[in-house]
Amino acid sequence: MMTSAAPVHTPADLADALALRAAHPAAWLLAGGTDIMVYLEAHAIDPPAFIDLWGLPELRGVDSRGDHIRVGACADYTTLIDDPAVRAHLPPLVEAARTVGARQIQNRGTIGGNIANASPAGDTMPVLLALDAVLELQSAARGLRAVPLADFYTGYKRTVMAPDELIAAVRIPKPAKADRLHFRKVGTRLAQSISKVVLGGRLRLDGDTVTEARLGWGSVAATPVRSPKAEAALVGQALSPSTIEAAVAALDGDITPIDDVRSTAGYRVRVAGRILRSWLESLRG
Amino acid sequence: MKIQFELNGAPTAVEATPMARLLDVLREDLRLTGTKEGCGEGECGACTVLIDGRAINSCLVPVVQVRGAKVQTVEGLARDGRLHPVQQAFVDHGGAQCGICTPGFVVAAAELLARDPQPDAITIREALAGNLCRCTGYQKIIDSVARTLSGDEEAAR
Ligand SMILES: Cc1cc2nc3c(=O)[nH]c(=O)nc-3n(C[C@H](O)[C@H](O)[C@H](O)COP(=O)(O)OP(=O)(O)OC[C@H]3O[C@@H](n4cnc5c(N)ncnc54)[C@H](O)[C@@H]3O)c2cc1C
Ligand code: FES
Ligand code: FES
Repeated sequence: MMTSAAPVHTPADLADALALRAAHPAAWLLAGGTDIMVYLEAHAIDPPAFIDLWGLPELRGVDSRGDHIRVGACADYTTLIDDPAVRAHLPPLVEAARTVGARQIQNRGTIGGNIANASPAGDTMPVLLALDAVLELQSAARGLRAVPLADFYTGYKRTVMAPDELIAAVRIPKPAKADRLHFRKVGTRLAQSISKVVLGGRLRLDGDTVTEARLGWGSVAATPVRSPKAEAALVGQALSPSTIEAAVAALDGDITPIDDVRSTAGYRVRVAGRILRSWLESLRG
Repeated sequence: MKIQFELNGAPTAVEATPMARLLDVLREDLRLTGTKEGCGEGECGACTVLIDGRAINSCLVPVVQVRGAKVQTVEGLARDGRLHPVQQAFVDHGGAQCGICTPGFVVAAAELLARDPQPDAITIREALAGNLCRCTGYQKIIDSVARTLSGDEEAAR
């Protein structure tokens, strides 16, 4: 049985939450609780207090705004899966959400919790990296600042978020019509499994030539990462078999997987190369 | 802390530690032991309840978060002495063996049937992927959900 006797602050609105965050820097933000409750059950954490964000409507909504979609940090996976704008513009995010846990987790886990929990295996971050997502970090003292997800992680479970900040929303640019988008998760089973390797991809093609490439990865380094060398090997090139092989070879220099209970580093390097190759090959008309 | 919410249609108030698991408050404080504990970490679905109509693992919900919400447990599915159609289907088609997983499956299936009254086998499997069963091999559970009668059919029985 879970034992935390810690008090829970229950802000009435976002301003209240930011004030509490500033007043109680050691307190943990609580969203859907699907990571936190597991840590408590395992006695892995013992926070002095919590600040509950779950009930705040300001953090919930999904808005389609001109060139981007703004997803509130406390939007849960089921909301993303069902949202018409997300379905129309961001199909790989829908696919990623559908692989998180199973229905009961999708009904409760949030995108902000996934990002802030900062697991290298988090399923939404590779896609969000591929889509150039930007986080809205908010504090009472300094208001809003926009931080690209690509600049958010500084090391294993470490981020640039200050102790008085929270993630208010994720801004996701709408991909161009011609952008090719991809999500691929390799795990032990479809539901309820933490990934061995995850790829989120976005490729812009002008005819046969790659003009922009974004490859976001999960479970291949200490944080979710992009692979700049593999991306550079693609940009400006025709998507030929030799370009594809060059990108796959370059990927080796981008990723630094580890051995753990789910897989080995060697397996992950090979699988990452294979899923990249098979996606790129599928784009050759 | 006093927590007020609606439980199986009735206003309820309970004194609890805010971070206490909804699962424990239901079972220990409110004596509704239909909701089961399997893993305690979100993997098995035995503790599934509906919160505002959505299937949730009650082992992962601090009770403070259900203030003002509508919570439905397996005890709240039957109406006027009649089993919920999906409960009746589990009885008719052998969907339960030892029964420890059954409340969780029944509640998760009730959520599915509320949004999709005629789900195909793939949809059923996806909706129930968060529920584990050590006995049945799943096929009879899937069959039970697939053969759940609609309200009208049920009334005509
Ligand atoms: C059975 C099971 C299966 C799972 N499967 C997957 C899976 O397949 N893929 C996957 O990626 N994850 C998986 N998870 C992990 C988890 O469900 C996700 O990471 C989820 O998105 C976390 O969101 P939450 O709202 O529940 O976070 P919480 O547990 O509430 O919080 C997680 C962390 O984020 C912080 N936080 C929350 N919201 C904010 C915010 N707005 N601003 C700043 N910090 C914040 C919290 O302080 C905490 O550190 C699984 C979990 C379980 C229990
Ligand atoms: S006891 Fe809650 S999911 Fe297993
Ligand atoms: S009937 Fe025994 S675990 Fe499912």
